[in-house]
Formats: sequence, structure tokens, C-alpha cells
Amino acid sequence: MRTIIKYVLLDLIKNKTVLVYTFILAALSVSVLATGSNTSKGLLSLLNITLLFVPIISMLFATIYFFNSVEFIELLLAQPIKRKTMLLAEYSGVAFALSIAYLIGVGIPVCLFSYDLASLTLILSGLFLTLIFSALALVIFVLFKDKTKGIGAAIITALFFTLLFDGLLLSFIFSFSDYPIDQPLLGLISLNPVDLARILVLLKLDVAVMMGYSGALFKKFMGSATGSIYTIFCMSFWVIIPLLMSAKVFKRKDL
Amino acid sequence: MITIEHLTKSYRKFKALDNINLSFERGQAISLLGPNGSGKTTLIKSILGLVIPESGTIKIGGKEIKKDWAYRSQIGYMPQIGRYPENMTIGQVIKMLKEIRKDCTRFDEELIELYNIPAYQNKTMRSLSGGTRQKVSACLAFLFSPEVFIMDEPTAGLDPVASEILKEKIAKECANGKLILITSHVLSDLDEIASHVVYLQDGKLKFYNTIDELKFLTGEDKLNKVIASIMKNEQPKKLITV
Repeated sequence: MRTIIKYVLLDLIKNKTVLVYTFILAALSVSVLATGSNTSKGLLSLLNITLLFVPIISMLFATIYFFNSVEFIELLLAQPIKRKTMLLAEYSGVAFALSIAYLIGVGIPVCLFSYDLASLTLILSGLFLTLIFSALALVIFVLFKDKTKGIGAAIITALFFTLLFDGLLLSFIFSFSDYPIDQPLLGLISLNPVDLARILVLLKLDVAVMMGYSGALFKKFMGSATGSIYTIFCMSFWVIIPLLMSAKVFKRKDL
Repeated sequence: MITIEHLTKSYRKFKALDNINLSFERGQAISLLGPNGSGKTTLIKSILGLVIPESGTIKIGGKEIKKDWAYRSQIGYMPQIGRYPENMTIGQVIKMLKEIRKDCTRFDEELIELYNIPAYQNKTMRSLSGGTRQKVSACLAFLFSPEVFIMDEPTAGLDPVASEILKEKIAKECANGKLILITSHVLSDLDEIASHVVYLQDGKLKFYNTIDELKFLTGEDKLNKVIASIMKNEQPKKLITV
């Protein structure tokens, strides 16, 4: 398993898309943090960049990479390797490479300009998003045989979580505003990793205005500490469950 | 060495393999023939465990392969299309497979030398031509000196020199008592190598005979003529021996 991870990483380090992704993240972070006088404001902008870019790029890149590796995966599976090991190694390689890109692009500038707990949560949530959306890409890879359909599904999934979900949530709040919906709403938010990442950072940033309805709810119901632990817990599930699911489906997949 | 019983596989309504029964022994060179879409690749992939059959069993060396994965150490596989991670170099690909196969200590690097692979081992896989990639695939299939070779269109894309080298290597391994399974549409290539012919059509086994039997029954002495004559006269019905 370690061998495969190592060589997938060696391949991805030289991959132009990963390099460009790192560079753009770094340029954005430095410009946002270096120009503003208020680091908290800078972190907020970076949070929005993270929430928009990381899911879509991780998802699309991982999906395309997995589909392009089909023949190579076939070749490796003709060797005495377990399918599960092979799949998880391939995932780890991609997720690791994207995480390194995020760490270099956002992590290092943030630590240089404003090193505090809020910045660390921002890095943590960005890393979580990378892991989650690469895992979702893996699910799409094992479910679809056709590359074009797979990429389409990846785009829809990424857009669903970054844009569409909030709209649905809002319409839910509107239509049920006469009922006590606070608690069901908390449950619904756990279904979107992007919202979880936002709340995780905002709980540490203490900008009540920016928290929005969901953030305020979290603070009210759980307080800062419990809320953070709960979100981290949920996000870990968002990594583990897709991985287990894809390993299970991959066992029976025809290549 | 390989025993296949009642193997069936369908993709939705399409039956790719329909109740196939076959048995192969060491020292045989089997050529899998059949029109496009007749189930050759599905059969190969079932043996490799890449395709999960619906029903039926495949045994290699007497052991059923269903849940087992270690059996694949006995097989060298050369795929039809070899695609590798773009930025990996040839050297890295070979090194990676050697590291994965820690169980193997003696490597058969004859083809690597004959194809002069070390000369361009620092080239990335992206920059290689289809033929060179095919050479790399061939080298990898022979690298761990397995007991069974499975080759899907091995000579497609190779230049005549490389193709001759590969054919000689295959013949040599066959003489060493290895089992060889080849699919190819270039029948003249198979003429020199194959000892048996398995003919599939629409997922069904049409016949499984030795080349000498086929030549005798049809009165032709070239494999391509033999197959053409069989397809024309619809003789296979008489030939079925399995």
C-alpha cells in the first residue's frame, strides 16, 4: 500500500494542475492577507475562497485522475494486491497531494501572517474539505463506468454542496418558519460538509454578524466548544463513510 | 493448470460469456480467437479476477480463485492498452512493480535488455509512443517469471523487430513449460506460437482443438486459411470436442 501511495505522489508532484492550484491558492492568500489591515477580515475572505474552490477543484481533479488511471489500476490489480488496498492507496495518494497543495497554498501564508487558533481551524477545515471531496470523487469513480458521466456527476455533486444546498435550506426555513425547526435544521446542516466547514471556522472567528442563521444556531445550542467538536465529528464521518462505501462497491466492480 | 467450469457473465441483457467450459495445461500456447465482442477479453479478465463472473468457477492450480487474490502472483498480464500515470518515468514504473512484488526475488529482465529499455528509462510515460508503451507492458508481464502468461493483443502496435523479439520470447517460455494465453487478430503471428485454438462467438465456445487437428480437418496449412475455411463452411459443429 505504501509503495503505491509513494508512486502516485511522485506522479502528482509533477502534475501541472496541482502546481497551478497551489500557486493560485498561494497568490490569493498572500494578496488577501498582506493588503488588509484587519487579519480577521482577511481570514474571512480566505474562508470564502476555501469554501468555494477547495470542494470543486478537489472533486473534479480527483475524479478525472481516478478515471484516467483505470488502465493502470487494472494492471496493478493483475498483481497480487487486494482490491481494497489498491483503491485506498490510490485515494490516499490523491488526497495527500491535494492536502499538501492546500497546506502550501493557504497554510503557510496564513501561519506567517496571522498565527492563531482561528487560522488553524481554517487550515483544518480546508484539509477536511479536501479529504471529503476526494472521497466523494472515489464514490463516483466506483459507481460510474463512463468517464464523461462520472465527471458530470462530480460537477453536479460539487455544485450541490457549495451552492444548491444552501438554497434548499433557505426554502426549508421559509416554508416551515411557523414551526420550531431549530433542531431539525442542525441535523440538516450536518448533511453538508461545506456548511460544517464554515461553521467550524466562524465559531472560532467570533464574527457574530457573519455567522448567519445556522452559525448562530450552533452557538446557541452547543456553545463554541461542543459545536466545534460536533462539526469535527461529523466531518470525520463524511470522510469515512464514502471511503467504506466505495471499497464495498469496488469489490464487485467489473473493470 | 487452469480449469474453467460453466463460466457465465452478462452485462445487463448482453451475454458476454455463456456457459464456458475449458481446461488448459502447462506447455500449451492457447490462442483465443473470435470476432470483435465475442467475449475474449471478458474471459481473460475473468481469469485475472478483474471481471466478477455471474456463475461458474475458475480454478488455477486446483484452487478456486473467487476470494483469493494471491494466485495472481502466478500470472503475467499484458493488457491491450497500456496506460500509465503520465508523469512517471519508465524506470519508476518498473521499480514500483518490483517493490509491489516483494515476494519475487529473481527478475527476468531479458526483454528489458532486448528492447533496450534502460536507454530511455528517464522518459515520462506521457512522452512515449504507443509502441514503446506496449514494449513496457510486455517487459512487465515477463518480469516476475510467472507460470501463466495472459496477453491481450500483444503484437498490436509493435514494429516488426519488436514483434519478432516478443514472439521468440513467448515461444521460449512456452518451451519452458509455461502456459500461454493469447488473443490476437494477426493470425500469422499466432501461427508460429499457438498449439491450440479456442474459438468464441457471441460468448459461446465454438471449438477448442489443437492446431494440427484443425489443419488436418480442413486440409489447409496456414492458420488464417484454416480459420477462414472453418468460418465459411460452418464446420465447427462437427469439430466441437468439448
